[in-house]
Amino acid sequence: MKFGIVIFPGSNCDHDTVYVLQEILDQEVVELWHKDSDLQDVDAIVLPGGFSYGDYLRSGSIARFSPIMVKVIEFANRGGFVLGICNGFQILCEAGLLPGALLHNSSQKFICKNNYILPDNNESAINLFLAKDKALKVPVAHGEGRYYASEDNLSKMRQNGQILFRYCNEEGMVSELHNPNGSIENIAGVCNESKNVFGMMPHPERASDDELGNTDGRLILESIIRTMEEKKVSFYN
Amino acid sequence: MKFTAEINVMPLKVLLDPQGKAVTNSMKNIGFNEINNVRVGKHITLEIEANSKEKAMERVNEACNKLLANPIMEGYEYVIKKTEK
Repeated sequence: MKFGIVIFPGSNCDHDTVYVLQEILDQEVVELWHKDSDLQDVDAIVLPGGFSYGDYLRSGSIARFSPIMVKVIEFANRGGFVLGICNGFQILCEAGLLPGALLHNSSQKFICKNNYILPDNNESAINLFLAKDKALKVPVAHGEGRYYASEDNLSKMRQNGQILFRYCNEEGMVSELHNPNGSIENIAGVCNESKNVFGMMPHPERASDDELGNTDGRLILESIIRTMEEKKVSFYN
Repeated sequence: MKFTAEINVMPLKVLLDPQGKAVTNSMKNIGFNEINNVRVGKHITLEIEANSKEKAMERVNEACNKLLANPIMEGYEYVIKKTEK
């Protein structure tokens, strides 16, 4: 599969994402500059973590209007797979490709630590091949990760299986005690209604290399790749 | 004609404002026990060219909805004045 990694001014997880997809998961990868308007026939797009435009105004609010985003939105609306990690998740929410918003952590602290997340279902490419009862250890690193959506939106999302992951403890118990940032219902990741746009605050690319002693994040990325390969999906047309 | 807009963007009342909470606590620490419920938002000023005040208001409103505020988490209000020469 061919992945496009979008690089905004201020992205800082772009190279980790390229490295993991290319060197560890053996995928073809191209870097897409935010001013580009050619997606280079990619099969899937990743918006990486970082601090695009210095997080000015609101995280992701300015990046959302970068020239490449016009193409990313078109690609997503055609059914193309788009994954936003951390700042990428914030950008997708600001762009309206994902429901809800990400607010300042309730502690007002920047949180950088390993956290456990539990797949909420197996209905999307990103959690299709994950064990539903096994908590995954994936690091978070953010100041604005408190997920919020209105009750109306949340109830639709629950019904449609759009809640991808919830923060939990090592045993997979979801409770307020294990909620690092005050996210509503412990939500760590969501997808859109048609289940081709994914956003998550934890960083799977930071937990994919054996050298780092934790490869739980790799399972998440592998789930997307395996779904695409098995369905032989190529969304670009 | 040139107008100046003064825009206030505030976190929605239903949402926890951790920044405001931290400032409230600090107020107590420095002896302002009578101060409560501090909320912290943003004040934005901008200049805009428009044929009329109504048109300027319409465009500022669009700018707020599109970029300056996120209606999921924030509310906004603004005042528009004709810029003095």
